[in-house]
Amino acid sequence: MNILNILDEIEKVDGEIYERLSPRRSAMKDFFNVGKKISMAALPLALGSMFQKAYGQTNPSSVNDVLNFALALEYLEYNYYNHALTNSTITFPTAASNAAITTIRAHERAHVDLLKSALQITGADGYVDADFDFTAGGAFGDVFSNYQTFLKVALAFEDTGVRAYKGQAPILKGNAVLTTALQIHSVEARHASHIRQMVAASLGVALKPWISYAANGNDTGIAAVDAVYAGEQNTIQAGIEINGLGGASQTQAAESFDEFLTGAAVKTIANQFIRTGKKLV
Amino acid sequence: MTMKNNELETKSELQEKSLFDKSVGRRSFLQYAGAGAAGIALVAAGCSKDRGYDNPVMSGATLDFKTDVGVLNYAYALEQLEAAFYIKVASAPPAAFTAAQKAYFQDVQFHEIAHREFFKKALSTAAIGSLEVDFSSIDFTSASGVLAAAQSFEDLGVAAYNGAGVRITTTDYLVLAGKIVSVEARHAAWVRDQISNGSFADLNSLTALGASNSAGLDGALTPDKVLAIAGKYVKTKINVINL
Repeated sequence: MNILNILDEIEKVDGEIYERLSPRRSAMKDFFNVGKKISMAALPLALGSMFQKAYGQTNPSSVNDVLNFALALEYLEYNYYNHALTNSTITFPTAASNAAITTIRAHERAHVDLLKSALQITGADGYVDADFDFTAGGAFGDVFSNYQTFLKVALAFEDTGVRAYKGQAPILKGNAVLTTALQIHSVEARHASHIRQMVAASLGVALKPWISYAANGNDTGIAAVDAVYAGEQNTIQAGIEINGLGGASQTQAAESFDEFLTGAAVKTIANQFIRTGKKLV
Repeated sequence: MTMKNNELETKSELQEKSLFDKSVGRRSFLQYAGAGAAGIALVAAGCSKDRGYDNPVMSGATLDFKTDVGVLNYAYALEQLEAAFYIKVASAPPAAFTAAQKAYFQDVQFHEIAHREFFKKALSTAAIGSLEVDFSSIDFTSASGVLAAAQSFEDLGVAAYNGAGVRITTTDYLVLAGKIVSVEARHAAWVRDQISNGSFADLNSLTALGASNSAGLDGALTPDKVLAIAGKYVKTKINVINL
């Protein structure tokens, strides 16, 4: 590893490399001297920071918009589960059901903290429990006293979360932030899969861990959450009809691909649970 | 920096040579250097060049990650593997499987076949051929054996899509990958719950795949690492270039 060799190579295609890195060539020598002292493991980070400055690569504002949007949704989810676990009269039927919700709450809190950190937000949370109306104006009036109602809203939140991250992916295309967003996205899908199994067990319905086919997209039988599943009945992907492909039925074709939701659609859903003054715009 | 095993040879030497090849124009370099992970990629250029260089054997399947075609063929390869596994399970499920488990394994089989056929159609003449699989290490008569293998495939599939997403340059394909990976994650969670209820998102058990429980993050692995793990189940030699 020889930093000077790297810079010499770069100079062949970008004659101004030294000028980009520092107006004074002598300043670079200071960097190299430091470079000799820092560990090999830290070197890529130091170089990354150096090149980032030289070529002016920072997160475009649209990326931060996505992160802020994601953060708001994570606040919603975290406060929902936290409320259910600490300030409700919900009777969890089994230790396992309580443990599952506790696990999910921990992940949502971790997502909040991660996104705050990525956005360099220090200090208090931007949303607290009082900013939310988890009854959605009374549509789910017994959400914190009836386990089944609690599960239905959790189901809507998780499946919405999966669709929301998917819809924002194009804005993060090619950005390292995309990988992190995808890693959150699939955790939300794991949550959704488990909550679906909890709903199936508690309500005695044949709800699958994956979103199955229904004429209007909503396979849950809960009409109040139709908007969460709008378009999930789709079986055509990139112009290719999946129904019948390799023997897949219409149901299996719809199940095999999840659909995205636009940011606007997600905000409309989320705002049903957010109080005036804190609604997403 | 070069990783080698029987099934896989990455060619970072090639990347190393071509990065500063004369054909790299100044403009394209500037674009490259502006990309997120450029610092780390550039470090490769500083590594010694005295390692032995093996010419890749160009038999089997070649995944050229220079373009989206390579990424899609990578996904196609993984979906071929998953589909082959579930076809075998669904055709003769372990006797201990419940009716519900048999039904869901049928569903999952068709999901994976749909993914495989989708990529085959989307890639058209650019598609790699059919992979020859090797499932000799799996006991298909054992419920626990099948579930453990299914969990491995699904968790690995999730980490593979999560790790490859950033390489995709075509928006439609990026969204498609997102549409598939969440279904794989739903599979993974369900299979895990069949093995141990509540383990649907046990991120501590996924750290080898790049997950972090403290950050609430699922796995994410680069293609070379994924293929090294999957290699155990694939007889066809897979060559990776321009990674």
